[in-house]
Amino acid sequence: MRAGYATRLSRIAPYVFMAPAVLIMAGALLWPLAHSVWLSFHEWKLGTPQDAAVFTGLENYRILLGDPDTLTSLRVTLVFAFTVVTLEVALGVGLAILLERPIRGMNALRSIFIMPMMIAPIVVGLLWRYMYNEQFGPLAQLLLLFGVEESPPWLSSPDWALASVIIADVWQWTPFIFILALAALQSVPTSVVEAARMDGAQARQTVFYVKLPLILPVVIVAALLRLIDAFKVLEVIFIMTEGGPGLSTEILSMRIYKTAFEFQQLGRASALSNLLLLLVAAISVGLVLFNKLRERANESG
Amino acid sequence: MKAGEHRAAGSVYYVFLAGMALLCLAPVVLMVVTSLKVRTQIFSDTLTFFFIPTVSHYAEAFGDAALTRTLGNSMAVALFATALTMAAGCMAAYALARFSFFGRGVVSGATLLMRMVPPAVLVAPIFMLWTYQFGISDTLSGLVLAYTALNLPFVIWILQSFFAQTPPQLEEAARLDGANPFQTFFFVILPIVAPGMAAAAIFAFRIAWNEFILALVLTNRFTRTIPVEISLSISEHNIAWGKVMAVGTLIAIPPLIFTFIASRHIVKGLTAGAVKG
Repeated sequence: MRAGYATRLSRIAPYVFMAPAVLIMAGALLWPLAHSVWLSFHEWKLGTPQDAAVFTGLENYRILLGDPDTLTSLRVTLVFAFTVVTLEVALGVGLAILLERPIRGMNALRSIFIMPMMIAPIVVGLLWRYMYNEQFGPLAQLLLLFGVEESPPWLSSPDWALASVIIADVWQWTPFIFILALAALQSVPTSVVEAARMDGAQARQTVFYVKLPLILPVVIVAALLRLIDAFKVLEVIFIMTEGGPGLSTEILSMRIYKTAFEFQQLGRASALSNLLLLLVAAISVGLVLFNKLRERANESG
Repeated sequence: MKAGEHRAAGSVYYVFLAGMALLCLAPVVLMVVTSLKVRTQIFSDTLTFFFIPTVSHYAEAFGDAALTRTLGNSMAVALFATALTMAAGCMAAYALARFSFFGRGVVSGATLLMRMVPPAVLVAPIFMLWTYQFGISDTLSGLVLAYTALNLPFVIWILQSFFAQTPPQLEEAARLDGANPFQTFFFVILPIVAPGMAAAAIFAFRIAWNEFILALVLTNRFTRTIPVEISLSISEHNIAWGKVMAVGTLIAIPPLIFTFIASRHIVKGLTAGAVKG
């Protein structure tokens, strides 16, 4: 009798453990995502009762895909995401190679390097908006020291704004790639490096033909994770430029927010959300596939 | 000769590292410095390194009843969301790490994919559901629910690896001593993974404390959190930079404290998934 009770208890245990998390995620993540799909087939204006939603089929998607502004926004998003990831990986890995050696005081340095990632995105946006201020911002003051009287129009010109927000993101996330790449480099077995040296490899050859290939999988996964995160960026740009001037920094996330709460078109905003989700999902699938391949490669060799 | 060269190369490394650290620090330091300057110094167009610091902007911030209320809201929401996330997350992570059960693969895969969802995607539907279905928009509990859900996938993912590292013999021993699975979990396993839980809790707190866009659409004048408050104060035409930077510093303080007490754990959390673990 007692044994039966115990087995029954351990049989239901995992479900009891899972239940709260599954309920919360189902109610507050899955349901909204499903609702977003439903909403995207309707026209519904912010502030009207919910039953005022009118089914319009694929109309929202048709309007969005025929709208040059959507395509501009998509282009800005892709340029932003791929540029920041490329710069961050190049800088992060490059610096890690330059500085790869046991570093005294790395604990303190590590705290400093992760600071930009820990503070609120909204504060990061604020910081950089101040840095870029053309009258009294630190960058303008610095340039003045070198005799440059007129500050570049960092955030006020459509030609500069995207580059300026890219710089802010690179500032925030390059240390992430650097820390990762450094850890990976330091975990390369010394025997491998020794062997290369015995075979007469120069320091540079060791880096490019031995170490880099060994840390490549870690770098690729880190780059894909950053790419997914780059598509999630919203708040830094929200604070710095609100997508402007014009549409020059209007990433899709920004446009979704504006469509929903400024143009008050919740159905269309949902349709745009789903398009962004598809984009991110495609990259995620790439990440999962890559991890699978890596596991298989590790198993076989 | 060789040693000398080595030493020279060594100092170049440290100059380089110091330069990087300076680049990371400079904007943050400038924010703090600006928050301590009087108005005329802030709006001057030349660099001022030496000045008499003033706490007037902080006094102004703390004297502003609306602002202290948003600070309180932020703290309450972040703490409750963290507690709820940890309670639900620990149990779920343990189940995923240790039991095989019906639907395990689906839940585990879905959890992983949820991490990829951009917050902007959730803004419109969550606003609508919270307002019309659940009736919890403009409330702090509504925000707590949203943040808990947003945090869970990530927290479950990190915690899972901590639970997987505990030796299974412990559960076996507890079972033989007559403990049921729930007793085993609460009294044997949880105490062991406490350090991992601390790291996960820091992440959950940081996301809830820093979050802006959902708070912007889910709160009103009374339930606003501090990031929302600061965003409104810089959309005005004449930005009170001194006060804004003081509030920015206040927002940055809790995450920065965590950064310095637990940097190693945080790096592990940030890189979970990139390096196998």
